[in-house]
Amino acid sequence: MSVSEAIRPTAVTAPAQSRRPGVGTVYRWELFKLRYQKRTYLGLGASAIVPILFVLAVHFQHHRNGGDFAFSSYLDRSGLAVPLVMLLFGAVWLFPLITALVAGDIFASEDHNGTLKTVLTRSLERQQIFAGKALAAATYAVAAILVSGTIAVIAGCIQSGFNSVQSLSGTIVAAPKALELVYVSLLVYLIPILTIVAIGLMLSVVTRHSAAAVVGTLMISLLFQLIGILPGLGATQPYLLSTQFQAWQGFLRTPTDWAPVIRAVWVCAMYGVPALVASYIVFLRRDVAGG
Amino acid sequence: MTEAVVAEGAAPAVDLPPLEVRGLVKRYGELVAVAGVDLTVRAGDVYGYLGPNGAGKTTSLRMMLGLIRPTEGSVRVFGRDPQETVRALEGVAGFVEAPTFYPYLSGRRNLELLAAFDGDGASARVDEALETVDLADRAGDRVGGYSHGMRQRLGIAAALLRDPQLLLLDEPATGLDPAGMRDMRLLIERLAGQGITIVLSSHLLAEVEEVCNRVAIVQRGRIIYEGEIADLKRAAGMTYRLSTTDDDRALAVCRAQPGLGDVSARDGRISFIADEAAVAELSQALVEAGALIRVLAPQGASLEELFFSLTEAGHGDEPAARDGVPLEVAP
Repeated sequence: MSVSEAIRPTAVTAPAQSRRPGVGTVYRWELFKLRYQKRTYLGLGASAIVPILFVLAVHFQHHRNGGDFAFSSYLDRSGLAVPLVMLLFGAVWLFPLITALVAGDIFASEDHNGTLKTVLTRSLERQQIFAGKALAAATYAVAAILVSGTIAVIAGCIQSGFNSVQSLSGTIVAAPKALELVYVSLLVYLIPILTIVAIGLMLSVVTRHSAAAVVGTLMISLLFQLIGILPGLGATQPYLLSTQFQAWQGFLRTPTDWAPVIRAVWVCAMYGVPALVASYIVFLRRDVAGG
Repeated sequence: MTEAVVAEGAAPAVDLPPLEVRGLVKRYGELVAVAGVDLTVRAGDVYGYLGPNGAGKTTSLRMMLGLIRPTEGSVRVFGRDPQETVRALEGVAGFVEAPTFYPYLSGRRNLELLAAFDGDGASARVDEALETVDLADRAGDRVGGYSHGMRQRLGIAAALLRDPQLLLLDEPATGLDPAGMRDMRLLIERLAGQGITIVLSSHLLAEVEEVCNRVAIVQRGRIIYEGEIADLKRAAGMTYRLSTTDDDRALAVCRAQPGLGDVSARDGRISFIADEAAVAELSQALVEAGALIRVLAPQGASLEELFFSLTEAGHGDEPAARDGVPLEVAP
C-alpha cells in the first residue's frame, strides 16, 4: 500500500454540486483535494505531535530548572501554560512552516500537475478560483493552529493538571479564565499566521514552484526574526512580522494590553494585503502556457 | 469579420461561426510565436489545424481558450471573447497539449470536480462520459496510474461533460498506439456525427485527412492555407502516370502539350500534372503521334504531400491560400 493510499480517508464524500458554480464550489473542492495530499497530513500531523513531544520533554525534565522564558516556571504546575509556551517557540519556524506547506503549494501544485489549464477552461472565472484557493489555504492554517493549541491544552493538562497560571503582570488567573485566554491568544496568533498565508500564496503564484514557495515563505519569516536581533535595528522591532507573533501576550497582562494586538492588525495588513493583491493580480493576468 | 459580438452571459449564438480568429499575434519579447492567424471554423466542420512542431498551433489554441492573452488580434467563440469572461467558453470544451488531471484523485473524482466547476447539471453526465470513452471500469482508479491513452480518453470525457457544440482538441492521438489512434479517430468521427464542430490540431496528416473536411496549415505562426481539403487537392492539380507503346515519343508529346506541368520520366513511367481537359487533349495528341496509350491513370496527391509542398516551399510571410484557393502549390 502506498503512503497516499494509507493516509486516504476511508469514507470521503465528494462535495455536493451546486447548479451555478462559484467561490464556494472551488473552496469545497480545494478542501476535498487537501484531504488527499500528504502535505496536509504532514502539516496537521506536526501540529498535533509537536505539543505531545513538548509535554513529554517537560515530563522527563521535571526535576531540572525551568528556562527563563515566559510561563516556563508554570509548565509543571498548569497544563494551560503548555499552549502558551508552544506559541512562543512555534513562531520561530514551526507554525510558519506548517502554514507554508499548503499556502506555498496550493497554486504551484496546479502548475506542477499542469491542471491550471484544465480548471481555467471550465465555467469559473479566475477571480473565483483564486478566492476559493486562498480561503482553503487560510482554513488549513486556522485548523493547524487550533489543532495544535487544543492538543497542547489536553496534553498539558494530562501532564500538569487543569490549574491556574500566573499572568505576565504577576496576577494569578483561574483555570477557566486561563483556558479562555489561551483560545483568545490562539485567535490573535492567527493574525500573523494569515499574513504568512498571504506571503505563501504570493510566492506560490509567482514562482509556480511548490518547494521554492514553501522554502521562500519560511525564509521570509526567518529573515524578519534575523532583522529583529541584529544590533542597531531595534527601532524596526515593532514593525516586523515576527514581533506580531507576540501580540497575544497583551491578553496575558492585567489589565489587557490592546496596543500590541492593534499594532499586529495594521502591521500584518501592511505585509499581507500587498502580498495578497500582488498574487491576485499576477494570477488574473498570467498566461497559462505550461502544462 | 462578423460584426455581431454576443453580450456577456447570453447563450451561445448558434448562427455565429463557432470560432473566428482575426489577426492573432503572440510575441514573447523578440520571439513571435503566432504571427497573424486568421481562420474561420464553420458550424459542423471537422477542422484540421496543421503545422510542424513549433509552428504556433498550441499557442493559438491557448489563446482561443482564453489561457493566453494575445498581443494583437481577436478571438470570437460563438461571437464572444474568451479573454473577457470564461462565459465565452459555454458550449466549448477541449484540451491543449496532453489533458491533465489531479493524479491523486480517481478518474471519476476528477470528472466530478470538473463537472462541479461546470455547473448546470454536468455532474449528471459523468457516467455517460465515462461510458463514451470506455473508462467506466477504471473510473475508480487514481489517474496517477492511468496510461497515456487512458488520460487522453479521460480528456475527451472531461470535454464531453460540458455538452459542447465546439470541441478543441490538441494532438489527441499523439503518443497512442495504433489501436488507440484508431479508437480516437472513431470517437472523433462519432462526435462529429452528433453535430459537434471539432477543431483538431495535429501533425498526424493521415488522421486529419481521414476525419477532417477543412484544414488550416500554419507555418512559423502564420496560416499558409485555409479551406477544404478537396479544394486544396483540386487546386493543386492531379498527378497522372502514363505508359504507351512508344514512351520516348510520348514524352516528347507531353513536353510539347500545353496544360501539362512537371513532366518527367522515371522507371519506364511518365508522370505529369494536369487537369481533366488537358488530359483529354493529350490522349488525342498521343494517338495522332502514334504512341498508343497502355496506362493513363490519375494519382491524387495525399494531404501529406500537399502539406510538405506548402510548408517546405518557403512560405511564411504571405498566406499561400485563402478559402481554398492556393496562391502557389507545388505537389
